[in-house]
Amino acid sequence: MRDDLIDLLWTGLLETLYMVFWSSLFALAIGLALGITVVVTERGGILPIPILNKVIGFIINTVRSLPFIILIVILLPVSRFIVGTSLGPKAAIVALSIGAAPFLARIIENSLKEVAGGKIEAAKSVGASPVTIIFRVLIPEALPALVRAATIAVIAITEFTAVAGAIGAGGLGSLAIRFGYQRFREDILFATVLVIILLVQIIQWTGDLTARSIQQRRFKRE
Amino acid sequence: MITVQQLSKSYSTTKGATIQALDGIDLHIDRGDIFGIIGFSGAGKSTLIRCLNRLEEPDTGSIIVGGQDIMLLKGKELRQARQKIGMIFQQFNLLDSRTVFGNVAFPLEVAGKSKAEIRDRVTDILELVQLSDKAGMYPSQLSGGQKQRVGIARALANDPDVLLSDEATSALDPETTHSILELMKDINRKLKLTIVLITHELDVLQHICNRMAVIEGGRIVETGTVDKFFIQPESATSKRFVHIVQNYYANRFLVEGQGAGI
Repeated sequence: MRDDLIDLLWTGLLETLYMVFWSSLFALAIGLALGITVVVTERGGILPIPILNKVIGFIINTVRSLPFIILIVILLPVSRFIVGTSLGPKAAIVALSIGAAPFLARIIENSLKEVAGGKIEAAKSVGASPVTIIFRVLIPEALPALVRAATIAVIAITEFTAVAGAIGAGGLGSLAIRFGYQRFREDILFATVLVIILLVQIIQWTGDLTARSIQQRRFKRE
Repeated sequence: MITVQQLSKSYSTTKGATIQALDGIDLHIDRGDIFGIIGFSGAGKSTLIRCLNRLEEPDTGSIIVGGQDIMLLKGKELRQARQKIGMIFQQFNLLDSRTVFGNVAFPLEVAGKSKAEIRDRVTDILELVQLSDKAGMYPSQLSGGQKQRVGIARALANDPDVLLSDEATSALDPETTHSILELMKDINRKLKLTIVLITHELDVLQHICNRMAVIEGGRIVETGTVDKFFIQPESATSKRFVHIVQNYYANRFLVEGQGAGI
């Protein structure tokens, strides 16, 4: 173990957290919008627009079928356009957000579809508009499932940041490749892996705790 | 209060066949009546009641509720009309994310009422359904009968003219069914509410309905008073229903002698 270990790890961790936080936020926003649109626009949904449904479904499937590392390469010009560079954590956030959003859209779609159709009918029967149904019925009813879905996604994004690190995004992944692998610094390699494992555990634990506390409030027994 | 004319609805199955769920339904329901629609499974009764507030979209026909043709309404107009047609369900369909108070407040929020109005109205209506002490509880903490009371409170929140009951007591035990029926009778009287209910339970008809219709194969095969249905059933379907009861009594008589009953 050498003196620079802690410094390197700390910088890497901060970069990773920075990327994970912003990517998750953007991916969640895009994924939520796509997921909700897919659910409500399908045939028999609360705002059926089958054509829009098909188009969005196609886009989601297309992006999801690309391996992430290839997606980053394809999105390099987009990153350059949006944040002005194709290197570093900021550029990675663009690719990470776009790459993770379709995946999130699908798990959010599944969570929303778990909401019993009867609850939506009941809301319709009192005269609720589609927007009211989305924001006051669908999302609140699916909230515990949505929190779990978000947890899965944030962990997936954490993994992706490590992959993005391989092509110059910075963060813990890049640290492990550049120092641990290319410069034979095994101490850095192991330390990085350890930090990533801890990070994922903390994310999962936080997600579980949040989902459980929502559920306990709703399903508490006297 | 409600006049239905030539209402038809068909479904197309995945195999390309069409099923005629409702076939030229004509129906008239008086203001303040408790009107029962009875039929065996698959007769189309559920489709019929769900057409009355257009949860189910009919193909043709007219549905006039309180002088307004529901079939001609679109978007916002339809949503406003629905505020005056309450509905309760077999599976209650309460929101698990909201307390009893929140569930009853939901239709009022939809109607754009102020917080103070909502608080007053919910308090009143929970008193009416005898659930004042449960306002802060979540649906999962309630019994089936209590859940249906919340369902009724929610349906009544916007002071509707009509209450539609889609098998509201079919998931409840006999004792709870009885108390829910008593509550429906009570609100019918107090609020001058017209109630339309569908059921396959003869007890429910006997207990609260004045007039009724029998539905079979998507058609109304008989209408009239509940008494006439039991004493002088005309259609084959009504006879089948009544015979089921009569056979039961006859068998009980044979097995247990005079005086046997339920």
